[in-house]
Amino acid sequence: MSVEEELLKAKKEKDSVTKQRLLQIIKTIYDQFTNEQIPQLLIPTRTKSNIAFNEESEVWVYGERESARSCKTVRGAYSLLKSSYTIEFLNKQLDENRSSTLRELYYISEGWKLAKFREQPESDRMIEDLEIITELQRENFHVRPEENGATIFGPIRIKENVERRGKVSERVIHCIDDVGEGGYQIPYNVDNLDFVEHDAKFIIAIETGGMRDRLIENGFDTDYDAIIVHLKGQPARSTRRLLKRMNERLKLPVVVFTDGDPWSYRIFASVAYGSIKSAHMSEYMATPAAQFIGVRPSDIVNYDLPTDKLSDQDVRALQSELTDPRFCTDFWKDEINLQLELKKKSEQQAFASRGLDYVTDVYLPERLTSLGII
Amino acid sequence: MAENIAEKLAEKQREISIAEFFEKNRHILGFDSSTRSLITSVKEAVDNALDACEESGVLPDILIEVHKVDKDNYRVVVEDNGPGIVKEQIPRVFGKLLYGSRFHALKQSRGQQGIGISAVVLYAQLTSGRPTAVYSKTGKNKEAHYYELVINTKTNEPEILMEKIVPWDRPHGTRIEVEMEGTYVRARKQSIYGYAKSTAIVNPHARLTLIEPTGDTQVFERVTEVLPVEPCEILPHPEGIELGTLIKMLRYTERRRLTSFLTNEFARIGHKTAKEICTKAGVDPDVNPSDLSRDQAKRLLEAFKTVKIIAPSTECLSPITEELIRKGLEKEYDVDFIATTTRDASVHTGNPFIVEAGIAYGGSLPKEEKTDLLRFANRVPLLYQQGGCASTHAVEKINWRNYELLQPGGSGIPQGPVVILTHVASTNVPFTSESKEAIADIPEIVDEIELAVRDVARGLKNYLAKQKVLAKRKEKEEIIERVLPKLAEKVSEVAGGPQPDIQPIVAKIMGNVLVQKTAEQNDNTSIVTIRIKNFSESQKEFKLHQVSAVEIEDPTPKPRVSSFDGQFDNIWKVSIKPNAEKKVRYTVKSEQSPGANPLVEGILAEMVTGADALPKKRVSE
Repeated sequence: MSVEEELLKAKKEKDSVTKQRLLQIIKTIYDQFTNEQIPQLLIPTRTKSNIAFNEESEVWVYGERESARSCKTVRGAYSLLKSSYTIEFLNKQLDENRSSTLRELYYISEGWKLAKFREQPESDRMIEDLEIITELQRENFHVRPEENGATIFGPIRIKENVERRGKVSERVIHCIDDVGEGGYQIPYNVDNLDFVEHDAKFIIAIETGGMRDRLIENGFDTDYDAIIVHLKGQPARSTRRLLKRMNERLKLPVVVFTDGDPWSYRIFASVAYGSIKSAHMSEYMATPAAQFIGVRPSDIVNYDLPTDKLSDQDVRALQSELTDPRFCTDFWKDEINLQLELKKKSEQQAFASRGLDYVTDVYLPERLTSLGII
Repeated sequence: MAENIAEKLAEKQREISIAEFFEKNRHILGFDSSTRSLITSVKEAVDNALDACEESGVLPDILIEVHKVDKDNYRVVVEDNGPGIVKEQIPRVFGKLLYGSRFHALKQSRGQQGIGISAVVLYAQLTSGRPTAVYSKTGKNKEAHYYELVINTKTNEPEILMEKIVPWDRPHGTRIEVEMEGTYVRARKQSIYGYAKSTAIVNPHARLTLIEPTGDTQVFERVTEVLPVEPCEILPHPEGIELGTLIKMLRYTERRRLTSFLTNEFARIGHKTAKEICTKAGVDPDVNPSDLSRDQAKRLLEAFKTVKIIAPSTECLSPITEELIRKGLEKEYDVDFIATTTRDASVHTGNPFIVEAGIAYGGSLPKEEKTDLLRFANRVPLLYQQGGCASTHAVEKINWRNYELLQPGGSGIPQGPVVILTHVASTNVPFTSESKEAIADIPEIVDEIELAVRDVARGLKNYLAKQKVLAKRKEKEEIIERVLPKLAEKVSEVAGGPQPDIQPIVAKIMGNVLVQKTAEQNDNTSIVTIRIKNFSESQKEFKLHQVSAVEIEDPTPKPRVSSFDGQFDNIWKVSIKPNAEKKVRYTVKSEQSPGANPLVEGILAEMVTGADALPKKRVSE
């Protein structure tokens, strides 16, 4: 058997496991009908009150609490109906060895009448539900997200294994020499990537495009042997997965550099601890070793940064973080309480008030030194 | 030294005219902001117009115009079809403060003191420097008189700048034009528009036409052609009268004997009661009233409280009535539910009063805002000082969560798509201040308002409870009729099994009694099983009927059989506990189909899944 044939065989086996697990859900509902039980599916409750720290993997995963999607309520009944239509569709897609995007799935439901999704977040959630029940990932269902355009840039050589129409091909890319200024775009399935070699000392993940461009323009990557990952706001799964893989495989430390507001802290939390919405994927995606560089509320004071006033929503978000178990550390409690006191927030690009080089020449080296990275 | 100061002071001491007083204290009368001044002016003029029309038995047809003159000034025109004012009185009605017809009458009316309209004239001349123009005509063949006048604030007397006879096409009525500083707002309750709308609700017999500065015309059409019952004047009731008033009445009465004074100058005192009062007070009933000492008067007053005197007559009051409050709310709001109430008359400090309330719910009312509170006193909307009003306090005292409404923090004005209306009608509404925007917290009044509001709130609660049950029922119907069959179909299709019977699950979701009939076909017989399971929470007793064309065989348990039209009706008495299950079995010859569905008797059809109720007419035995 050729390598290619073996790959295809392995893939077929994987698909058949996926099919079995999906059909088991249908079987469960069917059996409930014949056993005169009101059909229902139990799924872990997906709120911050039901996430627990897993000592072993050091990430936050769903706790014991479960919610029922039950035919006792209209919402539950529709949810089950939609599940059954979705599973039927995924089943067919696996049979035909095809795939679709999350957005396409939403549009496909257009023909399902009663079972039609009202908006894409609803179909996205459905896929997440199915991931949780089957303990698989959406890639197993042949469902992929839209490319979200996050990139990496830095001294690392990557090998891509691309499968298209049943054929597998390889490509080797150096993430400075073989890419433009835009960097290497992170594909949706990063498990098809291999790391060939690298000269990096650490990885810096950055929230905004403007700051990423600043670091590249200032040559931060070569000066400090850094791999620069652009998170593009709340990072996609593939970005988080890639960070984790690089951290684990290459033993490179990961630091996260975001704006200084509650929404940005959540970006860090989802990189380091796992997100609430996809806590079932935490062990697969979270990088517990990731460290937060800033902007910290104390930086606002220490570096005398230009600020904006906290909005009411910001204040509520901060208060909510105080009851979020992921932020239940002395560091975060002190910083969040400080920010509530200051009533101010700062963007990462606020450092430009000290000159364009300040962030790469002063702030980041200072912070990286104190974190023990350089 | 001290004498000198007193004399010096005496040189400066002089009488202050009432007009001068109000010139300096205009906020007391509701002229404290430019927005409010405009509203108050319209309000005073319209209140007078409505009073005049009703007193003369004319259905009010009132025109309100507000024109922008320049940056700060507006001209307000209010015209009515009332009886008009006789020529000689025009200057004093508009140009003299505290001149009016209603101050001395114990009777329900909008205006009382004779301050309102002349205060408007005063405010106009102070802020715009222009006189007030008045047109008035008292009858078809009479001439229309036109006046331009101001108030001389030193003397509180009108000053006529122009008077002439003019042509006017109205058969009778009054028109007033005033120019003043003001600010015109619209998008809130405290506005001329809001005032007109509120006035239209409680005066459903009036047609109001409002022409706004933008030129927009809004007609608040009348919904009844019937004028409110004209309230009549009454004598003061002894309960609640004050000592000073009593002494004054005693001194100036024309009656020569105390008993005659009591029976003629007070309401509800007959000869017998008068005697009783005199005995209680220890005063000679034949004494001349003007000879009574202060001490005797005081004893008389105490006797008023101890002797049983019937409550004052309520004929003097003219409530809006439940029906017309409903109509008024209906025409100004698009809602799903209205409840209204008119309480029996009560008394506060000798004055009779009636409280009415209405509540409107749903429709296009905003869902997440604070409830709109429409307060009225003698059919006049109260737009300001909501927080200081007895009506508001009464509403705030209620625990609205008991009435299915949101009440953040558990107290205060409730939240939701609700309008609450309160109306206090009285010969003397006790206001907290002269601008008449808030009713004072007299315990009797607060209690009555609370009772009235609770009354309509109960109506709302019942309505909401019914809606809740309906919504729940509807929700369940959607599940069992639309979603569940589709789900059963889809899962059996994907799982590749036969389609399951969803009836047991329907019964379970509805909390019903399940009647499930199955038949097992053998060579030449079929064995029929009727399964009964009680998914409800209570014990059920009913009769199960199975009609068959032939006699059934080996039934367990045995039914009672009656035959009709060549058919057999097999009847089982069923008594079944919650969650219990029972089975009926029998056999029929195979040529026969298992037969019709079973029927039930003595239980509501909605409580049963899988069997219809026995048609009524067949219950003949």
